Amino acid sequence: MGEISLEKVTENYFDVLKEIGNIGAGNAMTALSQMLQCKVDMKVPQVKLLEFSEVGALMGGEEQIMLGVYLGVEGDITGSMMFLVEQQSAKHLINKLMMGMAPEGDTFSDIELSAMQEVGNIITGAYLNSLSSLTNLKIFPTPPALTVDMAGAILSVPAIQFGIFCDRILLIQSQFYDDISIDGYFILIPDIESYSKILTSLGIPVDM
Amino acid sequence: MSEIIKVGMADLKTCVSPNGVTTLGLGSCVGVAIRDPGTKIGGLAHVMLPDSTAIRNSQQNIAKFADTGIVELVRQMEKLGARRSNMVAKIAGGATMFNFQSQNDMMQIGGRNVEASKKKLKELNIPILAEDTGKNYGRTVTFFPETGEFHIRAVGKSETVI
Repeated sequence: MGEISLEKVTENYFDVLKEIGNIGAGNAMTALSQMLQCKVDMKVPQVKLLEFSEVGALMGGEEQIMLGVYLGVEGDITGSMMFLVEQQSAKHLINKLMMGMAPEGDTFSDIELSAMQEVGNIITGAYLNSLSSLTNLKIFPTPPALTVDMAGAILSVPAIQFGIFCDRILLIQSQFYDDISIDGYFILIPDIESYSKILTSLGIPVDM
Repeated sequence: MSEIIKVGMADLKTCVSPNGVTTLGLGSCVGVAIRDPGTKIGGLAHVMLPDSTAIRNSQQNIAKFADTGIVELVRQMEKLGARRSNMVAKIAGGATMFNFQSQNDMMQIGGRNVEASKKKLKELNIPILAEDTGKNYGRTVTFFPETGEFHIRAVGKSETVI
């Protein structure tokens, strides 16, 4: 097999990646809905291959404060995964989960962060589960880490991982809403070798 | 009227006083600011990875790497009339954004970016006057070649100047 590039992968298999993202995000929302015990609707996720400079703008600027959950992926494929949600939306989710006990404001208490970590855990777990059953690959998430910071700073972590083999970043924007609209972003970062594993497992001949 | 020029991720820009250069939301990346106090020509590189030689297809974007990005920034500044022997640097960023138990090499990338930047500046004989690196939070930085002031902002912290 020759040199794999993310550009080629995306160009040739965009629909597949989109479908994986769609199913993954769908499962994630179902899990979220069960946890919050309310109906959560979602729009069809957008799969985007963005230049590094465009990523921050998509999320409302590099300085937009976001909450990021980041975890490693191990097993048949390796890499990492990130879920990002804007600060106010995160607050809303936490409040739902804590049955309205979380106070308003811009800061997060330890218990709120811990609640959000759990939300992130469940959402990303559901996402990876669907990928695993779709591909029949063993995929294990490592315990997640969480941070609240500027979008640019959080995104530097996946961007660096993508930066090792290309100049762009592949992300899935999923908009969901219960009573308010929430923008969530999934970034699955398989090591470049894992892309062909995923595609091959789906019965797609990989010719790159 | 002075202007603040924006530098994106894996990008670099030069400027001449009274203009400044800024980059928003530095995480594990490092902002390398260089100026020549004589000509007041300055520049900022937003480097993402330490070493271009460790990477396949490394020719794509030289601003992405500490080694090639800093050399390119210095070259562009010299083209504008700055003198290498006058140049001084300040660096910021290189945070570890997520605390992981796993000993993944990639998680130490912030520190490695800082080390690689320092090494390259030393090779070029450009002294580092100040730094604000490491820790676990993102930084927005703005550099003014007029004074050499490097302004650093972070979430929930007051602005500092190094």
